[in-house]
Amino acid sequence: MNIRSLISYVLSLLALLLIQIFFLKNLALFGQAFAFLYLLGILLLPISLAPIPLLLIAFGMGFVIDVFYETIGIHMAAATLLAFFRPLWLKVISPTGGYDDLQAPTLGEMGLGWFLSYAFPLIFIFSMAFFGIDQWGFGSFFSILTKSLFSSIFTCLLAILVQLLFFKRRRGI
Amino acid sequence: MLRILQFLYRLRAFLLFILLEVIAIWMVVTNNSPQGAAFFNSSNAVIGSVLKKQADLVQFFSLAEANESLTEENAEIRSKLTFLTYPADSMYLPLDSALEVTYEFRGARVIANSLRFAQNYLTLNKGKKHGVKPGMGVFNPDGVVGRVKSVSENYSVAFSLLNTGLLISAKIKSTNDLVSVQWDGKNSLEANLLYVPRHILTQPGDTVITSGFNAVFPEGIPIGIIKEVNPDNDNPNYLKIRITLSTDFSKVSYVYLVENTQFEELDSLYQQSEISNEY
Repeated sequence: MNIRSLISYVLSLLALLLIQIFFLKNLALFGQAFAFLYLLGILLLPISLAPIPLLLIAFGMGFVIDVFYETIGIHMAAATLLAFFRPLWLKVISPTGGYDDLQAPTLGEMGLGWFLSYAFPLIFIFSMAFFGIDQWGFGSFFSILTKSLFSSIFTCLLAILVQLLFFKRRRGI
Repeated sequence: MLRILQFLYRLRAFLLFILLEVIAIWMVVTNNSPQGAAFFNSSNAVIGSVLKKQADLVQFFSLAEANESLTEENAEIRSKLTFLTYPADSMYLPLDSALEVTYEFRGARVIANSLRFAQNYLTLNKGKKHGVKPGMGVFNPDGVVGRVKSVSENYSVAFSLLNTGLLISAKIKSTNDLVSVQWDGKNSLEANLLYVPRHILTQPGDTVITSGFNAVFPEGIPIGIIKEVNPDNDNPNYLKIRITLSTDFSKVSYVYLVENTQFEELDSLYQQSEISNEY
């Protein structure tokens, strides 16, 4: 990874954090669908990134979001879980021939179908962990499930939109 | 020995993952217990100032509404004031000090608020410097809002009434029956009444107010209106009552903080007589 792509990664992570804190914090469609757009920052890190820095980045991002959301620990736990499952899930859904060395799992590089099958389960795991901890002992399993499902759909839609609008396209979708 | 080290080294990502998860869960637990000290929260100076800037911008658009509700409240207080001023030829008797008012009020602005989670908190723009202490009650002209949890120099964090960990001592206005209000984590407009025995005669439309028994809120601040009364299927000794909250939590912007100046005396008395006073 060269210095230029490093800077662009840092900037995009910061931008996602700011958007999450300032615009998406109080957003919940019908009180069910939350937007966890900052997860896109964790999802789009290069495939070759080692698990340990990945876990630490996710933990740090979760912490920043948590202090602003006043939900200390919940985003951290859920984002770390997502970061733990990301390399495993990437291995499961790897295309024949494996990944290129410097490839990033973006919509433009990998196509819509692959991106959905990559992002949706991971965001769903995150949401299940998030709402599970949030409603510990109070919410029924059904309410956790519906919130997670709608939140992951909403977050996936936003993630696709953001990439279509702001990312350079390598090939048509 | 080397084998074990090699084995652990190969597992290093998993071990780090477990460590980070344990730290996160530990933070969740310490943050959610009312007595536990929170090390990181939005009352931090940096985070508070960012949230305040955001609130400045957003609340600018609801200034007219805030003004209107303030004017209404002023008018109400003025009309009460006319009963309190003494006519010219009246006599004035000081009452016994036992009947003295023991509550002090302060104003504050909400700079961050959430209502979609199961544990919701408010961040207020007043802190230790302005005399805010943990345990103070928070309310606005519509009704009860919450209770201060922790305080920093310039900001404070309060449990919202929309927090499943907060119980508020209340009573039904028409019958004077003592109950507790707790939110169930679902709808931000409704809450439950707990511990209502079956013999209590109440009906939808009755008002629920603070009881004044837990020494946090003065008596008579509205909490909500009873929406439905059903027998509790899980526990036949109690009624299942839902109330509509009188505070619209999505619009809370200016609040009052109330402090019972005799709280410490009461608390030490409870401790002496070994009664646990769960606030």
